[in-house]
Amino acid sequence: MADTAATVALDPTAPGSPLDDGTTLAEGAAADPAGRRRRRGQGITFWLATGWLGFVAFVAVTASWLPLADPNDQNLRNKLAPPGSSGHLLGTDGLGRDILARLAFGARVSLLIAFAAVTIGMVVGGALGLVAGYLRGWFDAATTWVLNVVLAFPGLVLLLALVAYVGQSLLAITLVVGFLSVPTYARVARATTLAVSQREYVLAARALGARNRRIILGEILPNVILPVAAFGLVALGVVVVLEGSLAFLGLSVKTPAPTWGSMIAEGRRHLDRTTHLSLVPSIVMFLTVLSINFVGDALRSRYDVRESAL
Amino acid sequence: MSRVLAGKAVSLLTVLLAVSFLSFLMLNLLPACLECQILGPDNLDAEAVAEVRAELRLDDPIPVRYVAWLGDALSGDLGQSYYTKQDVTDAVVERLPVTVELLVLSMVMSLAVSIPLGMVTAYRAGGILDRVVTGATFGMLAIPSFMMALLLIYLLAVEWGWFPATGWTRLTADPGENLRSAFMPALSLALVNVAVFTRLLRTDMMATLQEDHVLLARSKGLPTWRILVRHALRPSSFSLLTVAALTVGNLLGGTVIIEQLFALPGIGRLLFESIYKRDLMMVQGVVLVMTTGFVVINLLVDVLYAVLDPRLRTRRLAHG
Repeated sequence: MADTAATVALDPTAPGSPLDDGTTLAEGAAADPAGRRRRRGQGITFWLATGWLGFVAFVAVTASWLPLADPNDQNLRNKLAPPGSSGHLLGTDGLGRDILARLAFGARVSLLIAFAAVTIGMVVGGALGLVAGYLRGWFDAATTWVLNVVLAFPGLVLLLALVAYVGQSLLAITLVVGFLSVPTYARVARATTLAVSQREYVLAARALGARNRRIILGEILPNVILPVAAFGLVALGVVVVLEGSLAFLGLSVKTPAPTWGSMIAEGRRHLDRTTHLSLVPSIVMFLTVLSINFVGDALRSRYDVRESAL
Repeated sequence: MSRVLAGKAVSLLTVLLAVSFLSFLMLNLLPACLECQILGPDNLDAEAVAEVRAELRLDDPIPVRYVAWLGDALSGDLGQSYYTKQDVTDAVVERLPVTVELLVLSMVMSLAVSIPLGMVTAYRAGGILDRVVTGATFGMLAIPSFMMALLLIYLLAVEWGWFPATGWTRLTADPGENLRSAFMPALSLALVNVAVFTRLLRTDMMATLQEDHVLLARSKGLPTWRILVRHALRPSSFSLLTVAALTVGNLLGGTVIIEQLFALPGIGRLLFESIYKRDLMMVQGVVLVMTTGFVVINLLVDVLYAVLDPRLRTRRLAHG
């Protein structure tokens, strides 16, 4: 996934995905020759990251009710005000719009697209992988082939082409990103299902005469859902970066609606005079993606697919 | 081995066919009034429209048009832009070298940094350097290439003035200037991959260093660098290779952004501009070229596996 992170991988399960390199920060410490293992819950960084994510989510949800300026309210006389100027905590942009307000409303777009796209990918891909991994045979072969076709496209290229033609609405972008991430979840779900279906309790359920649907929903799904959800969490960061890249290219939600990526892009024009226009949204986006990666990584090492596949 | 490869090539070919059909279908089913593009919105009289439709064979069923388009594409003719009347093939050929240079350069940069880093951190796992590198690379994973590019532009171009902020000098015009203009774009694409590659190689290398042949080499008294380079690197480089090949797909997407940002005349920018103009033919052609390149590179990596690991030649043969 990262793609660069902006050269983003749409496929966090691909071995190339930044977060699937088998190392987590915690594991890095565990690999310490001294054998010091951090087993006592999550460290302070984890809670800091969770706190930041909670804060961003809170601001995104309540943006309309918070005492913020109108994100599209221009004031050309007060443009490029530095952070800390009166009335504008984080300064104003090239059109005199309040950066803090734009960040808050931009968080909406980022998070909404991220959550919705991940949910779509997780539900559709998860179901597909589950059924394919359980039924095997021609359905599995056909599904795998289709997934390979989708994966054969360079992700962002396909995304750009699709978004440009389908349109730049919130819904279209969400659907396209969600659709493109289906193979990822399908692969995780399929791999886990393959392992889980070999377990004795599945055999027992079948021996008791349970139907396929009951086995899939009752025996396999509960074991597959956690690894898939863990990947979904990591993928949130990927989608935030993707949306940012689209916005940076001017292909996300239409202007003047604020998004983090478009704010960074706008700031670029004023780079020779002032940096905060690009810097502030960049920091916010960086911290958010970093936090998502960190939390996702920590949780995933708990519910590791590789472990559960044993 | 050759039989396995042939099988692989055939399956890739079917994937490629599907991909080309999909991109054709996608771009032809989506709403876009080609007649308006060609004639301009003011000259839409029925006769002219009918003429254009006949010329483009727009009234033929899609499969027929696809076969015609693919046949032309196979003979190297990707059609003509509806806007500029330029041959798509010419446009791609003209701009491809820029993108290829960018990709190669950034790949070389990221491997040149991450291979030594990965080896050293794996060798001294848990040490200070390892912790710093592991932490730093984790942070770098959260920096998209466009952010990195802006940072580099600000520092290296605006503040220090070491490199031109935008623009491209052709390799044939002035190799030195060419490298200067390619440096920042390539670096901003490379840095994220440095993080990915380093972490990956470190993990694999740590596993390899536990193996018996490394112990044997050490007990023979071979110098450390020799063990790391000769005995440990090769068996540890498989996932790195796979990932590097898969990364090309991401890089291709990345070049769209980076070429736009640095105003480089590559096919990423061509794609972006064509998407903006809704220049269907151009988009179709560029997507086909990019995807084919990506698929072929991944096939080549499969071949490389066999070169790197002699065991694979026989093992796969036994299965295949």
